[in-house]
Amino acid sequence: MSRLRGYSRFLAPAALAAVAIASTPGAAYAQGAAAPAINQGDTAWMLISTALVLLMTPALAFFYGGLVRSKNALNTMMMSFIALGVVGISWALAGYSLAFAPGNDFVGDLSRVFLRNVGLEAQGTIPHVLFMSYQGTFAIITAALISGAIVERMRFGAYMVFIALWSLVIYGPVAHWVWGGGWLAKMGALDFAGGTVVHVNAGVAALVAAMVLGQRKDFARQAFLPHNVPLVLLGAGLLWFGWFGFNSGSALTSSPSAALAFTTTFLAPMGTLVVWALLDLMRNGKVTAVGAATGIVVGLVAITPAAGFVSPMSGLILGCLAAFPSYYALVWRARTRLDDSLDVVAAHGLGGTVGALLTGVFAEKAWNGTTDGVLFGNPGQFLIQATAVGAAIVYSGVGSFALLKLIGLVMPLRAEGNEEGVGMDVTQHGEEAYAEGEAAILVLPTGDVKVGATAMAAEGGRA
Amino acid sequence: MKLVVAIVRPDRVPAVLEELYKAEVQGLTISRVQGHGGEREHVETYRGTSVKMELSDKVRFEIGVSNHFVEPTVRAVLKGARTGEVGDGKIFVVPVEKVFRIRTGEEDEKAVTPVKMATT
Repeated sequence: MSRLRGYSRFLAPAALAAVAIASTPGAAYAQGAAAPAINQGDTAWMLISTALVLLMTPALAFFYGGLVRSKNALNTMMMSFIALGVVGISWALAGYSLAFAPGNDFVGDLSRVFLRNVGLEAQGTIPHVLFMSYQGTFAIITAALISGAIVERMRFGAYMVFIALWSLVIYGPVAHWVWGGGWLAKMGALDFAGGTVVHVNAGVAALVAAMVLGQRKDFARQAFLPHNVPLVLLGAGLLWFGWFGFNSGSALTSSPSAALAFTTTFLAPMGTLVVWALLDLMRNGKVTAVGAATGIVVGLVAITPAAGFVSPMSGLILGCLAAFPSYYALVWRARTRLDDSLDVVAAHGLGGTVGALLTGVFAEKAWNGTTDGVLFGNPGQFLIQATAVGAAIVYSGVGSFALLKLIGLVMPLRAEGNEEGVGMDVTQHGEEAYAEGEAAILVLPTGDVKVGATAMAAEGGRA
Repeated sequence: MKLVVAIVRPDRVPAVLEELYKAEVQGLTISRVQGHGGEREHVETYRGTSVKMELSDKVRFEIGVSNHFVEPTVRAVLKGARTGEVGDGKIFVVPVEKVFRIRTGEEDEKAVTPVKMATT
């Protein structure tokens, strides 16, 4: 049975009902023989999955926030948090329609803008509004992922404009290609939960953004150390937790397929974590905490496209293998002049690519019901996977570059050098992550200021 | 001997250290401090509360040097710390009455002259 997202609409109704019934042991809920009906078990699981995936964006904020310097902690975390707002809204206004409305092979039409025709009717076996919300959480985190490449220097306003437009112009069409019935779906590309749509897409945009924005001002002259490694670990842990909704929820049903995706999401990062730790051990003689957190994320990224298509043991092996390219890319990147500050390219771009390609190797019809990979006698699948990855790289690369250049014509993308020096928290947000408040002078609504108990007139009158 | 006390911007610290290293100044102590030297204070807002931050974060260098090392030390700090904006900081050169190196009990000039480090 096919579990490709968006696919259910294109299946014959009878097949769909069969899938729905097969996915609910006991079939406690009466299913219409032909018309797709809402399944309560599926709906319950997808409600939970949607909340789980939404949690991944705050989790990413912690992961990224811990990796930067303390003077930029809030700015970095806000880049993820603000995506919950601006990308979520652009998704509801138009993004959902571009990704999932019928349209053509390349982009959805405008029949669902402003959530028109998105009601309580069944989309697959869950209410349409829930399907829309679930997919929206993916758009949000994909845009937020890009921020890792441009932290500590991009103006917050320009960033908000960028991710809002990026989610429409880049994410929407790529999601349509793979999940909305577009040309990659028709070609048979396998992307269970977004290795190509989410991770390759965001990774390439990150590469382009890091190059367009340029290096941080003290890049290669000064060490940029993570200011709070416990936050990084907290973020990695919460990402893993949320990722069960991301991958397992991508079955769109509460079904054996969801259970398989859950299990591979459970096993693959374990393999990556251990291999990463061993690589660390061989290279530095020590297993590092930042390395462990990174390894977990890379494993999650790599299993994403494969989650419901490979056997559990294949998932574990895939996770182990995925550690190598990302680990060495990360080590190598640090010696280059590319300031992809938090290594989005190595972790997500490369991790997603490896995962998508290995999906074409390890996919197993005995487990997914539809498609075999190279190891099981279907070498053609590898080429299809490579085509999908290549298409995402080209489109996201060119599109993100053009978008950033266009925005750059209207407003500066980068903060001033001295703002970067003082820190983005104070200069972009007027707040500090770890304010002591020793020198804080209260500005009263009257314009007066209060130092301890003594009130005096504000000199500048600024408030 | 003199004690060179320099108050600089935190983000200039790597540059200052680099210049001091080039000038072969080896013994120093730094601490995070807050101060106010005429630069514009900034306003922060937390929910309904607005505050003016009168003090800015600075880093204080304390460098004990023998007399002939004062000038290169000061020049190195000037070079590394200067941005040209208000708030670049100050350098104070302070006379020192006595210096002791704790490990050996050496005094004064000897105590502030770096010893060749034994490789460990």
